[in-house]
Amino acid sequence: MINIGKKGSLRRGTTYLKYWDLYLMLVPALLFILVYKYLPMYGVVIAFKDFNIMKGIMNSPWVGLKHFQELFTFAEFPRVIRNTVVISLMKLAFGFPAPILLALMLNEMIFSRFKRLVQTVTYIPHFISWVVVGGIVIDLLSPSSGMINKFIEQLGFEPIFFMSDERYFRWMLVITDNWKEAGWGAIIYLAALLGINDEIFQAAKVDGANRLRQIWHISLPGIRSTIVILLLLRIGNVFDAGFEQILVMYNATVYNVADIIDTYVFRVGLGQMQFGLTTAAGLFKSAIGCVLLLIANSIARRSGEEGIF
Amino acid sequence: MIRTRSESIFQYVNAALLTLLSLSIILPFIHIIAKSLSSEAYVLAKEIVFWPKGFNFLSYEYVLQNKQFYHSLTNSIFLAVVGTLISMIITVLAAYPLSRKHLPLSRMFMLLIIITMFFSGGIIPTYLIVKETGLLNSIWSLILPVALSPFNLILIRNFFQAVPDSLEESARIDGASNIRVLMSIYLPLSVPSIATISMFYAVGYWNSFFQAMMYITERRWMPMQMYLLQLVTDERTADLNISDVFREITPETIRAAAILCAVIPILCVYPFIQKYFVQGIMLGAEKG
Repeated sequence: MINIGKKGSLRRGTTYLKYWDLYLMLVPALLFILVYKYLPMYGVVIAFKDFNIMKGIMNSPWVGLKHFQELFTFAEFPRVIRNTVVISLMKLAFGFPAPILLALMLNEMIFSRFKRLVQTVTYIPHFISWVVVGGIVIDLLSPSSGMINKFIEQLGFEPIFFMSDERYFRWMLVITDNWKEAGWGAIIYLAALLGINDEIFQAAKVDGANRLRQIWHISLPGIRSTIVILLLLRIGNVFDAGFEQILVMYNATVYNVADIIDTYVFRVGLGQMQFGLTTAAGLFKSAIGCVLLLIANSIARRSGEEGIF
Repeated sequence: MIRTRSESIFQYVNAALLTLLSLSIILPFIHIIAKSLSSEAYVLAKEIVFWPKGFNFLSYEYVLQNKQFYHSLTNSIFLAVVGTLISMIITVLAAYPLSRKHLPLSRMFMLLIIITMFFSGGIIPTYLIVKETGLLNSIWSLILPVALSPFNLILIRNFFQAVPDSLEESARIDGASNIRVLMSIYLPLSVPSIATISMFYAVGYWNSFFQAMMYITERRWMPMQMYLLQLVTDERTADLNISDVFREITPETIRAAAILCAVIPILCVYPFIQKYFVQGIMLGAEKG
């Protein structure tokens, strides 16, 4: 229908002009991302500067890699990296299979009303903020007044300081993250499961396969590509261990096991105005995240899956 | 349907597990509701489980007559309504041209937007830009930097792409402009996905707190979640000035009541939108 100019800028110019109204519609969106996404990307140069708030980004003096050297020789930094990776991997190991399991269970449920009810209930927490979830969790687990500890005491045990004990805190992060997001995560697998041809199940039934065998040999392979893509996305985001969640749930007694790159940058960067140093930490995180994502994507493509992009 | 013995055992076990799971989500809320409606003595004695004792509404009265609560509530409602409106306008306006496959450069613009999902300047540079654009301590600092969500944009764009071309062509023959086509063909056809994405944005604005932690220091501009966070994390709940009328309540019951006040608006919108969003997100995911 449309004849995009053969050669010559005049023709191409008129093509653009022809769509001026479409381009105009794009302007607000582009303006927002330019100012609030791309300008901050330029702002990362302060990782290489001695940033002075009076002088601004442009006029602060360059210091090269000073902040990075400082960062890597810093006692806290390895700890922060370790926490980020450990928490993230724990969430991957225990949180990734959960929505798949839930979707399989929901898919096998034959009472459709009950199925819909469970589905509705399980994804409600996704829409509730971490502040509220954190509030509820802290309240339930409180050693002095929490319901859970009351039961533990009634069973004759000592109360457990779930939120301020280094042994338990990370597990609390994993469990509450699952509690909040598993139902929502199951939606996409359910969609994929619905796409599997019912005749395959019928045939398996005729051959005498029970439910578990059907799940193993039909359902799971049927959603394999969805699983792979989401798994790769998760691996690409290994440096995002759950900023908002930890911000709400942690406290000074568990910094040792709970402080991740993001919370560290937030607390030390804004709290103690260490702009250059913490920007370097943030940049380090962003860069590694990007590399991981690219690697994950190329693995996906090579193994014959569609990949993320 | 013929059911074997193992088949029905499977069904029972499955149903039991799913019921347990649902209870694990519902019961904490019931506990909080019970607490918020109970009186001090029973809460301190840890006697409240799922049923209130010493039933009263004093905590709610306290929360609802608190000045800061009102400021925060107003801010959050403003955020959710105005923020969502702005976000939807720029998202839909951008999604339409980006869904036109024949538009030159549209792939490049899309890429520019998607990159921001994977790479960002980080917390500090973003803070500095917000500061330099003069938004510190203003409600706009919670809207403008996050006004466009690339993820939501992709969902709407995919929905637009799925609209059959023939509809548009017939409108074109009648001489409709692009804006006209968007308004009178695409928008009415996309009600489910528009409703879903509006809900995503609204929930996002309503629930956001970490931006408020960075950009807002004046109490007057604190949104609901920020106020809640202070209630939740501050054990002493310092600003509670409990007068004689409210002797029956404790920081705990007030916290419970405030948490519920912040959740109720979402739970009210949820059933209306819910029927759309599974459909909405699936359509988006299919081609994503």
